[in-house]
Amino acid sequence: MFAIDYHDHGTAAPVAGEPITLQIDGREVTVPAGTSVMRAAALAGVDVPKLCATDTLKAFGSCRLCLVQIEGRKGYPASCTTLAEPGMKVCTQSEHLQQLRRGVIDLYVSDHPLECEGCAANGHCELQSMAAAVGVTETSYERGSMHRPLEVDRSNPYFEFDPQLCIVCSRCVRACEETQGTFALTVQGRGFASKIAASEDEPFLDSECVSCGACVEACPTAALSEKSLARGLPRARAVSTTCAYCGVGCNLVAEVGGTEAEPEVIRMVPNRDGHANAGHACVKGRFAYGYATHADRQLKPMIRKSIREEWREVSWEEAIAYAASEIRRIQERHGRDAVGGITSSRCTNEETFLVQKLVRAAFGTNNVDTCARVCHSPTGYGLKSTLGESAGTQAFSSVAKADVVLVIGANPTDAHPVFGSQMKRRLREGAKLIVIDPRAISLVRSPHVAAEFHLQLRPGTNVAMLNAIAHVVVTEGLVREQFVAERCEAPSYERWKKFVAESRNSPEALADVTGVPAEQVRRAARLYANAANGAIYYGLGVTEHSQGSTAVMALANLAMATGNLGRDGCGVNPLRGQNNVQGSCDMGSFPHEFSGYRHVSDPAVRGMFEHAWGVPLVGEPGLRIPNMFEAALDGTFRGLYVQGEDIVQSDPDTSHVTSALAAMECVIVQDLFLNETAQFAHVFLPGSSFLEKDGTFTNAERRISRVRQVMPPRAGYADWEVTMLLSNALGYPMSYRHPAEIMDEIARLTPTFEGVSFEKIDRLGSIQWPCNEAAPEGTPTMHVGEFVRGKGRFYTTEYVASSERVNSRFPLILTTGRILSQYNVGAQTRRTDNVVWHAEDLLEIHPHDAETRGIADGDWVGLTSRAGETVLRARVSERIAPGVVYTTFHFPQTQANVVTTENSDWATNCPEYKVTAVQVVRITQAEAWRTRTAQAHYAGRTHDPAHA
Amino acid sequence: MNIERLVSMANEISVFFASESPPGQAAHDVAEHLHRFWEPRMRRQIIAHLEEHAGAGLSDLARQAVQALAAERPGGA
Repeated sequence: MFAIDYHDHGTAAPVAGEPITLQIDGREVTVPAGTSVMRAAALAGVDVPKLCATDTLKAFGSCRLCLVQIEGRKGYPASCTTLAEPGMKVCTQSEHLQQLRRGVIDLYVSDHPLECEGCAANGHCELQSMAAAVGVTETSYERGSMHRPLEVDRSNPYFEFDPQLCIVCSRCVRACEETQGTFALTVQGRGFASKIAASEDEPFLDSECVSCGACVEACPTAALSEKSLARGLPRARAVSTTCAYCGVGCNLVAEVGGTEAEPEVIRMVPNRDGHANAGHACVKGRFAYGYATHADRQLKPMIRKSIREEWREVSWEEAIAYAASEIRRIQERHGRDAVGGITSSRCTNEETFLVQKLVRAAFGTNNVDTCARVCHSPTGYGLKSTLGESAGTQAFSSVAKADVVLVIGANPTDAHPVFGSQMKRRLREGAKLIVIDPRAISLVRSPHVAAEFHLQLRPGTNVAMLNAIAHVVVTEGLVREQFVAERCEAPSYERWKKFVAESRNSPEALADVTGVPAEQVRRAARLYANAANGAIYYGLGVTEHSQGSTAVMALANLAMATGNLGRDGCGVNPLRGQNNVQGSCDMGSFPHEFSGYRHVSDPAVRGMFEHAWGVPLVGEPGLRIPNMFEAALDGTFRGLYVQGEDIVQSDPDTSHVTSALAAMECVIVQDLFLNETAQFAHVFLPGSSFLEKDGTFTNAERRISRVRQVMPPRAGYADWEVTMLLSNALGYPMSYRHPAEIMDEIARLTPTFEGVSFEKIDRLGSIQWPCNEAAPEGTPTMHVGEFVRGKGRFYTTEYVASSERVNSRFPLILTTGRILSQYNVGAQTRRTDNVVWHAEDLLEIHPHDAETRGIADGDWVGLTSRAGETVLRARVSERIAPGVVYTTFHFPQTQANVVTTENSDWATNCPEYKVTAVQVVRITQAEAWRTRTAQAHYAGRTHDPAHA
Repeated sequence: MNIERLVSMANEISVFFASESPPGQAAHDVAEHLHRFWEPRMRRQIIAHLEEHAGAGLSDLARQAVQALAAERPGGA
């Protein structure tokens, strides 16, 4: 059942086509060639009755309800499978057609309950609408069995399947195949006994279903429907907004009921007009929004003088006044630069912009950083250096034109599932896939998708692998020399070419380093380089290394050398982890840059901001997050404002982080929940969820989309308002009346956002920056004709082994990642029913390593590194190679970052999460271990210097 | 700040530019990187380490870069 405000066109729009004109019931309509008669009719304002057709799926032609008559043709063709032609004259309404349709509906309702009152789809059921349209109120046939005695499948926490209400139109089966690409559903049996089955006729929860909701979206009745509809609350309005989970940035429609004072989201559905997601969503975005109203939300501000004291709930006024007075007290005593702030990649662009403005203008320091520091800061550095802009090069839709897809250090089906589905669709169409990853991610082999090559390299050897691939490209004459000559700097290319051609960079020489046979590397390199369109997609498996920035440069080098930039179907595409990683970076969250990636030392740029903000600004870079911790430990950094980020759980080497926080005098945490960091806070300011505010997010394809308020802020203020309160209390006035005014300021101060406004985003649906006079409606593909920096710059990318190496004490390498149902530190998803799929972090260990340690699947194991130790359950799996273990970091009970180290990327200090030498041992006293490790990494709480 | 950490970071930056920079330019590029990305107290501390402890632990290139940083921008500021 699609959104209450959506008008379905029956079939999708064709990709492109010459305009053709035809007549529908006497009305002339012009449509692109390739448009179905059904869609042409819908565009002409004529809705042809239908049941098996919907515009997110391919035409199927099975229900026989959309029959039409076409002048000069025999019979009654199905309008969904018949293409419009120039001059065609179509009749959609006649007594004979009505008679045929009545016959079809009569058959359908003979096997469907007719008690619509009380049905979850009442008023929005397509069968109900079609029956009314053709005038059928009861059946003339004997009533069918309606799949009795099959039970309703309520196993999935979010939706249920009622076989009685199913008309076996196959829309759910097709959605699972075409939209999601999981192939979990099928039609089982024949005739009236036909029924929808999940996997081997299992309950949905036990099947291969990934709970994306595509089947629910596609179902024309209430056979597959959200459980939240069962309460029968009317859905009064639909609000289009943007998902607050991963960097895909799906456009969603919140259907809202309840009262004006207490509105309630009844369900969330993907927006079929959404530019990033085109009507698809995942188990997080579509269903896991319940955290917003979870009882754990802390809705009152709180303060305490010492982290050893209990919290005291206070008014907003008192909390803000206390926070401001502490910031000023610390600055007076320890200097202006003794404080700083951290912006959030989960908050809106406007909120992020405001926090960095607060730090630079009100605090008077550049000590501002963002949680993007710990994920994609190497992307910013690497792509800016090579191509000239700190962002991905393509739109998601570009993958539909890729011939070879190279995925390195990313797991799109789990971490970016909606884009993962788009990618799988292209792979099913025939594009070839290369996966470079220490772990066999799902893409390596899934229904109708198989990687040509899975280069299962050792963690920490990305740069060696990319150099080996580049070696093949250069030495086997696969460089697109004309592209390089026209588009790139010759001296840097010559240096790079000479470097990668050295025999020490050959696949054979590096096979011992990467662990991948040379011949596989050579064949994969040829496949990528020879592709008409070769597209690179990467994630944190590239950036979160000591050579993260080098690896990003190596990817850009490869794309330049093979001419795979500046057009659809190719490019270098970072898959951003959180919803607004791109935006938080764009907004000037890094300590050395103003918005639009302009260095603070540039006097012209700084002068512009000083003029706009009315205060002198610092021309030196500030502290990065890891530097803040170091400075806190030596006593020169004592106050921190953290908006929407749980640094204790997400940053590496937890005991180091907690020691630093415990050394500070005032930590201000603004969040939805009392997160792990709040244990070290002196002021807690309640945050607002994405449902409670207006603003924009920018996704991984630079697409700026609107976040629209669905309900008032539960604690009284949206996050941007809280930052304003703090700023005003500090004596630096801020008086924005709406986030649109903040965006107007961003546009005035940021060349790449010059043409952006809320009005334009509302009008166009979304905008991909740069958006300016040269590109008033945005820029889907970057570097067309010329790189942003002018000529592309190759960088020599010497492989340097991580200092984190295995030894007899720590003989395994730990690498970390995500799982589909949980998100980041889990603060949101752990407070939803998504825990039914993943209720704890697990340690994947190869059967060989498990056997030698006496570990069986499900055993408790201790995980120890030189930084710390934790305890979790083992999952014995061949997804990872011997010598490597893998876990997620979603649960504070595990606190996986206790074991990760202080190692970081040489250029940006992005932590090396992906390589940690560890030992794994089977344990029997899990609770004793857990207590001991918790005491170790929260030891800092026993010391509080502020008021000692 | 932990001087060992700063030394290690400077050395890692130097390793990149040692192979990347054109001949004779590596020390300048490392110094430039430190200037663009290191907060002044970090730069002051590494310069002080060079002056007071002969830059113990710094690689040759990192040492040259910190010397350049100290010479061109006294105090690292």
